[in-house]
Amino acid sequence: MNIHEYQAKALLKGFGAPVAEGVAILKVEEAEAAAKSLPGPLYVVKSQIHAGGRGKGKFKELGPDAKGGVRLAKSIEEVVAHAKDMLGNTLVTAQTGDAGKQVNRLYIEDGADIERELYCSLLVDRSVGQVAFVVSTEGGMDIEAVAHDTPEKIHTIAIDPVTGVTADDVAKISKALELSGAAAEDAKALFPALYKAFGEKDMALLEVNPLIVMKDGHLRVLDAKMSFDGNALFRHDDVKALRDETEEDSKEIEASKWDLAYVALDGNIGCMVNGAGLAMATMDIIKLYGKEPANFCDVGGGAGKEKVAAAFKIITADPKVEGILVNIFGGIMRCDVIAEGVVAAVQEVGLKVPLVVRLEGTNVELGKKILNESGLAITAADDLDDAAKKIVAAIKA
Amino acid sequence: MSILVNKDTKILVQGLTGKTGTFHTEQALAYYGTKMVGGIHPKKGGETWSSGVDGTALPIFASVAEAKERTGADATVIYVPPAGAADAIIEAIEAEVPFITCITEGIPVMDMVRVKAKLDKSKSRLLGPNCPGVLTPEECKIGIMPGSIFRKGSVGIVSRSGTLTYEAVFQTSNEGLGQTTAVGIGGDPVKGTEFIDMLEMFLADEATQSIIMIGEIGGSAEEEAAQFLIDEAKKGRKKPMAGFIAGRTAPKGRTMGHAGAVVSGGKGDAESKIAAMEAAGIKVSPSPARLGKTLVEVLKG
Repeated sequence: MNIHEYQAKALLKGFGAPVAEGVAILKVEEAEAAAKSLPGPLYVVKSQIHAGGRGKGKFKELGPDAKGGVRLAKSIEEVVAHAKDMLGNTLVTAQTGDAGKQVNRLYIEDGADIERELYCSLLVDRSVGQVAFVVSTEGGMDIEAVAHDTPEKIHTIAIDPVTGVTADDVAKISKALELSGAAAEDAKALFPALYKAFGEKDMALLEVNPLIVMKDGHLRVLDAKMSFDGNALFRHDDVKALRDETEEDSKEIEASKWDLAYVALDGNIGCMVNGAGLAMATMDIIKLYGKEPANFCDVGGGAGKEKVAAAFKIITADPKVEGILVNIFGGIMRCDVIAEGVVAAVQEVGLKVPLVVRLEGTNVELGKKILNESGLAITAADDLDDAAKKIVAAIKA
Repeated sequence: MSILVNKDTKILVQGLTGKTGTFHTEQALAYYGTKMVGGIHPKKGGETWSSGVDGTALPIFASVAEAKERTGADATVIYVPPAGAADAIIEAIEAEVPFITCITEGIPVMDMVRVKAKLDKSKSRLLGPNCPGVLTPEECKIGIMPGSIFRKGSVGIVSRSGTLTYEAVFQTSNEGLGQTTAVGIGGDPVKGTEFIDMLEMFLADEATQSIIMIGEIGGSAEEEAAQFLIDEAKKGRKKPMAGFIAGRTAPKGRTMGHAGAVVSGGKGDAESKIAAMEAAGIKVSPSPARLGKTLVEVLKG
C-alpha cells in the first residue's frame, strides 16, 4: 500500500526526522490560508499523487509549455495561482502512463535553500534478509539511471536486526554521502530514526529523494515516498487509515476486499489462476501466442467458492476482456471448489465472452464433472498449452 | 536416493488442529505412510488428533521441544496463520529441529527478518515460508503438493513457485522421467532456503540425473544460482538442466502476487535471469507448458 508524500512526511516527523513545515489542501480556497501559515518567502506547491516524476510531469489540460507538478512560488499570490492551475487537472508523469492521474490534493511547503541533493532509501535486502540503506550522493534524479550509468556511486549498507543502526553504520552511511559538520551530526539521529520508522511501521520501501544538505549545513527530508507491506497491515490501523482509494484501480480495490492478488493490465484476455508463479506463467504463455493478458489474478491457495466467484465477477466486469482463461493446478485448492465458484458466478452475471477452463490436480475429475454438467458454454482444455491456444483462437474467431 | 526427506523422516505439525493442518496431515499420512509423528498446540498438550480419513491418531504436545524429545522427530511443518507463523518458526529453531518447512503465506517481511537472524546462527534448515513444501515420491510428503501427479524417477525439481512446481512434476511424470525429489523454496523475499542450497544437494545426489529449476522475476537468486552452476561445472560437477522464468510479461514496479515477485530498481527482470541461466548451460523453455519436453530434448542431446 502506498501513501502520499505529505502523509509520509508527517509520519517521519513523528519519528523525529527533519521535514519542512507544510499544509495539505483539497480546495483552491484553502491555498491562501495554508501559505500564510508558513514562514515564507519561498514556497513549494506539490501535486500529491501516488506516482513519481511529478516535477517533470505535464498537465494534460494546460498544454506543453505550462509548468510541471511541483512548482516554486515566491509569494502567496503565486501559491494561489499555482493551486488554481493544478488542482483537478490531470498530471502525466513517466510513472503514471498516458492516462495520467487527477491531482486532488496539493501539499504547500516551506521552501528550502539547497546546497546538495542526496539519495537515501531503505528496503529489505533479500540477499542477506536484512533491512538495508541504499545511499548515493547523486540525489534528486532517477536512481535507476544512476544505478545503470554509475553503479559505483550507489552504496548499500545492511543493518543487523539484532543491533539496529550502530554508530559504525551511521559512519559508513555518512561517509558514502560525504557528510560533514552539522549534517554529520544530524545524521546520527536521522538514520536510526528512519530505520526505526521502517521497522515499526512494517514498510516495504522508504525513499527519501532527495535528502538535502541545506545552505545552513543541516539535513532535511525534502521528498518522501513510502509503501507498506500489505501482509503486515493487520497490525497497523493508523497506516490503513492513510489509504487513498481514489489513487487505486477500482477493480484492484474490489479484489483487495476479497484478499485476491489482482493487477489490472492492458490486454484483453482475462485470467484467473491459482498461485502467483503459475499466474505469471499464464500471462507469459498468452503473450507467446500473440495476445495480451487483461490482468494478473492469483486466487491463492485456500480460496472458497465465494472468493472464486468474486474473482470471476471482477474479471468479467472489465470491459476490455474479450475472453477468459481459468487455469488451476490444484494443491490446497481443490478443482471442484473452483468449478463450483465459476459456475455460480456465470449463473449470476452471465457469460458474454468465450471461457476456457483448464483444471489439473486435487479432485480434478470432480471439477470437470461439475463444469460438464452445468450446461454452460465452457471450453475444456487438456493442459496449459492447449488452454492458451484455445483462448487465443476463440478471441481471433 | 533423494534430498531433504525420505521414508524415515519423522515429522511434527505446528498448526495440526486447524483446518489446513488437518487436511494436509491426512493427505500426508495417506501418501505412502509419510511418518507424521505428532502435533503441537500450546493449550491442547496431552490431547490426541485423529485423521478423519482413516482414524490414524497422533499425540498433541504443548511445545515443539517436548514433541521433539518424545517422538524423535527430525522435521516439522508449519501451518500456523501469518500473525503467529514467525514465532512458530522461531520455536522450532530454538528446539533445534533440523528441518523446518513453513507453508504459511502472508507472513510480514519484517517478521522474517527477525527469523532469519535466528536461523543464521542455528543448525536448522528452513524451507519457505510461502512454499508448497517438499515431496520424495513414494516415500515422504511434507506440505501441500498433490501426491497423485508424482512418479518415482530421476529428475530433481526446485522452484520458487508452488503451482509451477506442480507443472514441472506433472510434465516430467508424463514424459516418463519421474522425480527424485521436488522442492518449492517459496516466493517470499526473505526465506530460509535458496536455489543454490538445493542445487548443491541435487548435484550431490546420485539418483538425480537431471534438474529442472523454475524461477520468477524479482531479486537475484537465479543469477546467483547460475554463477554457482558455472563454478561447479569448472570442478566437473554438472547435470543436464532445463528451466523456466515466470513473469516475462509482468510490468515493472508492480508486485505480482508473491511479495518477492517485483521488478524494481533495474533489478530482477526475466531477461537477465534467462540470460544468466542459459550461460550456465540451462535450457530455458519459453513456455511453461514445455518444461518436460525441453528437458527430454536436453537429455537426447
